[in-house]
Amino acid sequence: MTHYLDFERPLAEIEGKAEELRAMARQNEEMDIEEEAAALDKKAATLLKDLYKDLTPWRKCQVARHPERPHCRDYINALFTEFTPLAGDRNFADDHAVMGGLARLDDRPVMVIGHEKGNDTKSRIAHNFGMARPEGYRKAIRLMQMADRFGLPVITLVDTPGAYPGKGAEERGQSEAIARSTEACLQMGVPLVSVIIGEGGSGGAVAFATANKVAMLQHSVYSVISPEGCASILWKDAEKMREAAEALRLTAQDLHKLGVIDRIIDEPLGGAHRAPEDTIARVGRTLTDMLSALDGKDRATLIAERRRKFLDMGSKGLAA
Amino acid sequence: MNWISNYVRPRINSIFSRREVPENLWTKCDSCGTMLFHRELSENLNVCTSCGHHMAITPRDRFRALFDGGVFAEVAVPEPVADPLQFRDQKKYPDRMKAAQKATGEKEAMLVAEGEIGRTAIVATAQDFSFMGGSMGMYVGNAIIAAAERAVERKRPLVLFSAAGGARMQEGILSLMQMPRTTVAVQMLKEAGLPYIVVLTNPTTGGVTASYAMLGDVQIAEPGALICFAGPRVIEQTIREKLPEGFQRAEYLLDHGMLDRVTPRTKMRDELITILRMLLREPPAVKGDLPAPEPAVLEPATPPGDTPEDGADKT
Ligand SMILES: [Zn+2]
Repeated sequence: MTHYLDFERPLAEIEGKAEELRAMARQNEEMDIEEEAAALDKKAATLLKDLYKDLTPWRKCQVARHPERPHCRDYINALFTEFTPLAGDRNFADDHAVMGGLARLDDRPVMVIGHEKGNDTKSRIAHNFGMARPEGYRKAIRLMQMADRFGLPVITLVDTPGAYPGKGAEERGQSEAIARSTEACLQMGVPLVSVIIGEGGSGGAVAFATANKVAMLQHSVYSVISPEGCASILWKDAEKMREAAEALRLTAQDLHKLGVIDRIIDEPLGGAHRAPEDTIARVGRTLTDMLSALDGKDRATLIAERRRKFLDMGSKGLAA
Repeated sequence: MNWISNYVRPRINSIFSRREVPENLWTKCDSCGTMLFHRELSENLNVCTSCGHHMAITPRDRFRALFDGGVFAEVAVPEPVADPLQFRDQKKYPDRMKAAQKATGEKEAMLVAEGEIGRTAIVATAQDFSFMGGSMGMYVGNAIIAAAERAVERKRPLVLFSAAGGARMQEGILSLMQMPRTTVAVQMLKEAGLPYIVVLTNPTTGGVTASYAMLGDVQIAEPGALICFAGPRVIEQTIREKLPEGFQRAEYLLDHGMLDRVTPRTKMRDELITILRMLLREPPAVKGDLPAPEPAVLEPATPPGDTPEDGADKT
């Protein structure tokens, strides 16, 4: 069953009605409903197009968090071969909010690392809803540094509400782990490319996305704070998340204008969750593209270009 | 274009320009409630003389107490684009900025300076919690980069005093991008083999802790400072349990292996001198109050991209 977002409710009604008609027709062969159902389909298609033509920033946040949106594991399964997960930070634990390992993209060996949110209650809890603890960042650092030693490009897939705000996470140095992960990204002498596939939540996202090239899916978001968090601080009212989402400029389109990301990957009509395979294939093509643009660059160049990119960031603002 | 006419000499601060402190004002200690003479408190660097509680101190006051003779030169920070996102919440961001500037008399939330401590030349930078919660935006990022570049240019260590509620939300994603930007600044110091010492003061939280404030060669905190990524209230809401006494305070972090030292503000200067001189392989320093250094120490270096016409050696 499709999960509808609140702004998709009118669409849910039409699609529901069409489905109902078809179900009735299956039970009763004399009923001729095809014409009526087709009309509903057409109405639904127009409405879908309308709804997604100009998504507000808050609606994009909702789409980015859609439970059926393809997650890290879906991308890894579909795009990579010989994926060999590697676990643990060699210090405390293996963090299931972060998955990573060796894999091949178009036969080329790479290290792939990403946040995994899970897709049902059980797996969401197991993956801690994609909120990593220090062990997750330390595992990522370990894998990145291994890739660097063996000259393998690193691919990161970002999809996290943020780092986990827990007691143990703080005691074991959440801040230090994030800081070191960002530092590790900046030290990679191999190509590092990143795609924000859903939510790019604050420091927990930066720790993976300090990359040579950063792409975002069309309806994904990337922000210093969640709109709800921002609203409760600046508006003193968490219900003002629409206004906050607007003000924060967290959409792929705004971030591209600001020069924070390099490219936007279009999503199929109605969002990635309506056609996951198509979305995943588009991301795959972008990854291949971004990596081949970095082919042949030596260690020093890759490091220097990455540094320059971040040092120059924000020098123009949105007006530019 | 003549490089001299195009370069503004840094403002030289001295002990004689110390802000007038009203003689007979009292301040109540936030912690023990003792009424403290304003002057007495300020002479003790805003540390309660009764219970040792560390209250906030402005970067300028801190630097006056830190540098030999109270003398330092400000290092210029490149101006970022104002209000880059045209951010509007209930107030306009430029209005919030103006209010903060008026309340503090400062331009932004970070001050960069150079001078000597115990005859050891350093660059120092301090975050100002009274300026929009010390929040990290483009200016703070530029300040840290400027401080690191100056330190590398003049081969001096960098001492950074952090104090911030985190990133500046009004700069949205650009405030988040200060995490990698400032990390590049730290890397410049490390590659140049220069010590980078972080002094964490109350409070240091969020993206600030998760970037430059946790990457020091030596990590020192002031007593009682709140140091965390997620704040205690957020954690209590998430895990729905009461946090232990002293959670996320400097002493708690020291116990959990996240800091090298917890040092009272009144002993900080001597401690920094001791550590820096060892890291620099210099002989032990004379401690205590020292007069201001020779003017040459505070001379501006060559502005980047320009060559001095007198051919002076400015390596
Ligand atoms: Zn007291």
